Amino acid sequence: MRVVAEKLLVDLARQRQVVSALRAFLPESAVLFDEEDVKPYECDGLSAYRQVPMVVALPDTEEQVCRVLSTCNEMRVPVVARGAGTGLSGGALPLGNGVLLSLAKFMRILEVEPRSRTARVQPGVRNLAISEAASPHGYYYAPDPSSQIACTIGGNVAENSGGVHCLKYGLTVHNILKLRVATIEGEIVEVGSEALDSAGYDLLALMTGSEGMLGVVTEVTVRLLPKPVCAQVVMAAFDDTEKAGHAVASVIAAGIIPAGLEMMDQAATRAVEEFVHAGYRTDAAAILLCESDGTEEEVAEEIERVQKIMEESGAVQTQVSRDEAERLRFWAGRKAAFPAVGRISPDYYCMDGTIPRKRLGEVLRKIARMEQKYGLRCANVFHAGDGNLHPLILYDANVADELQRTEEFGAEILELCVAVGGTITGEHGVGVEKINQMCVQFRGAELEAFHGVKRAFDEHGLLNPGKAVPTLSRCAEFGRMHVHSGEEKFPDLPRF
Amino acid sequence: MQDVIENLSRTIREAASRRRPLCIRGGGTKDFYGGETRGDVLDTRACRGIVSYEPTELVITARAGTPLAEIDAALRAEGQMLAFEPPRFGEGATLGGCIATGLSGPRRVYAGAVRDFVLGVRVLDGSGNELRFGGQVMKNVAGYDVSRLMVGSLGTLGVLLEVSLKVLPLPVAEITLRREHSQTEALALMDEWSRMPLPFSASCHAGNQLCFRLSGAEAGVRAAREKMGGEEVADGTAFWEKVREQRLEFFGQPGPLWRLSVRSSMPPLDLPGTQLIEWSGALRWLKSDAGAAMVRDAAAGAGGHATLFRAEDKSAGAFHPLPAALMKLHRRLKQNFDPAGILNPGRMYPDL
Repeated sequence: MRVVAEKLLVDLARQRQVVSALRAFLPESAVLFDEEDVKPYECDGLSAYRQVPMVVALPDTEEQVCRVLSTCNEMRVPVVARGAGTGLSGGALPLGNGVLLSLAKFMRILEVEPRSRTARVQPGVRNLAISEAASPHGYYYAPDPSSQIACTIGGNVAENSGGVHCLKYGLTVHNILKLRVATIEGEIVEVGSEALDSAGYDLLALMTGSEGMLGVVTEVTVRLLPKPVCAQVVMAAFDDTEKAGHAVASVIAAGIIPAGLEMMDQAATRAVEEFVHAGYRTDAAAILLCESDGTEEEVAEEIERVQKIMEESGAVQTQVSRDEAERLRFWAGRKAAFPAVGRISPDYYCMDGTIPRKRLGEVLRKIARMEQKYGLRCANVFHAGDGNLHPLILYDANVADELQRTEEFGAEILELCVAVGGTITGEHGVGVEKINQMCVQFRGAELEAFHGVKRAFDEHGLLNPGKAVPTLSRCAEFGRMHVHSGEEKFPDLPRF
Repeated sequence: MQDVIENLSRTIREAASRRRPLCIRGGGTKDFYGGETRGDVLDTRACRGIVSYEPTELVITARAGTPLAEIDAALRAEGQMLAFEPPRFGEGATLGGCIATGLSGPRRVYAGAVRDFVLGVRVLDGSGNELRFGGQVMKNVAGYDVSRLMVGSLGTLGVLLEVSLKVLPLPVAEITLRREHSQTEALALMDEWSRMPLPFSASCHAGNQLCFRLSGAEAGVRAAREKMGGEEVADGTAFWEKVREQRLEFFGQPGPLWRLSVRSSMPPLDLPGTQLIEWSGALRWLKSDAGAAMVRDAAAGAGGHATLFRAEDKSAGAFHPLPAALMKLHRRLKQNFDPAGILNPGRMYPDL
């Protein structure tokens, strides 16, 4: 497997300078630079890319974060912020000449305010921990990325994370109210407010999904929702993926916004069924899962309509979860799709395009043709409700030229996503992984505007440089996410 | 259409070279909003029409000069809506003005604001360059979210050409109910209700009347109605339109109109004048001659901000002043998108 690690020789004199500048206000234990101490930070969830940082800083107060940043700004040292490091696009890949700013010590839930249905938390708090803390009040935090047991809210803000329920409940940007952000100059700005809007430009939206390029989040105020009273899921099997695609469109056309709407093709279904025995029909060309949540009356009414639509759309079988255990079992299959595919192939490469739903049939047909062309198999899992497609290309890195074919295959899929009116990344972010494909999606004028936005916040280009937005001169080749079985950085985390 | 865009672009380039301000205008229904308009009018209405609308994709793309009424009619024909219920404030209101002002109506607190529904934009920047951000899909994290940055920026960062929006189905069932309550009681009640999973879609308290709307599946609306009680308002649709368009009696009173966006759980704000409350307490309209500092302090103290929405004299500034560090970022962003400073200068803040 290719390891894209540029083993930059650390400039020892520079390292000493930076360490001593940081130790002027941080305890010794909070500034790491020995090879063995900084090694754990060499990569995030995209483990194909590795780079040991020059220095790791572990502040535990907002003031210290500001001082780390202003020090780096004055010394012109690049800074990469990091939460749990579960990201899939290399957004937290360190720099060999830079400081890795870990927010791991910012783990406190500062306040859960039941009256205003908000929680104020530090950036290193795990996504699921927020819902757990809100649970006694009957609330939860809606965005639920698959890595929610480990990923942090700070990283969620940086990536604008979604989850399987985002068609109905929105992405991170729809569920946060306010951020405290440290600028590279070491100033704190508050964007958003405790009200539903704020004066001036919508910097809350701009900051969300900016991949650590504009500032470092030091505090997040999130909106909490009342927990739905009940949830049920319909599982439908189809003998044709186009029919399944039409069923999705028909559900939406009927005026239903399901809480979750997921699809798997046969390759994915078979891999999953062997692995977790969720009860999927392995002879089906596609499986749809459609969840309804709300009050008991609402759910009963909606589930009945959904089941009818599935049948009318030609489902060969439909099944409604009879209890919570069965609902979770139906979902367990979908949630195990990535590891299941990891079991049947030495390596897989996960793509993350979004397409208009109506082009699904066409895109799947073209991907099937690409399988022939490249001589590789591909399993498809699809957040059907919002058009986010994850083709998983199966390959074996130990077979000569399979990796190269995989990369070409992946590149062609992403270009296809753009060509049908979609995007190269729906939820994993650009990071280092898709930086070259940004050149396919945007023209020079937009990229220049992005660089201008970056300059407005970070004049010297020190915050996470080289990620998310390519320089115009760079627009040339393509990069990927590769997972080698057993070598995945977080093999136990669900990924869907 | 490309010729229309080229004309707009040429006008911008010429204005930039001479540093002559442009006043971007569609239907002109929101001229009153924000700081004073100045400069040569750049009329966007020729840039008009629905570009694409796919009901099953839940996405509509329309040019900025398209009247909101036209969009509304197209959506309604397919049983869908702009869920943020944008106010028109006049016949000719366009999509561009709706996005540029970023104003949302009664359904906002329950369904989301304009910015929550914007998926992509096409704009001309202050140098006349055509730029596209976002797209027509729900999930898209490629590049900074400049589309949402444009929402509510009052044309100071670019001239909108085209906007893609997420749309939602019209609710199957909808009912408006009325109960008599003082402001204090109404706020406490709305606060309590908003913590329950109820199918709320609007609320409005004025005088001693609390009106609220329930929307959703038949069964859910029926069950909630029984739980919440109240007398049915005969023409709910017309009522909420009056709220949205500020045609209720409250808005007809003389004097400046303030818009206070605050933490919803705040008890009544102690300010001179009369108030109308929307969004379960998160939005408070104030008719008052109170000084700007007093109103703004009260809003800030309640976790929010105050806008001088309608007034003869806006010398106190239409929008809540920003802290210096934030204002610095605003100026730099403005400089990036409009280096000559010709797009709606002063409409938001004097130095933007």
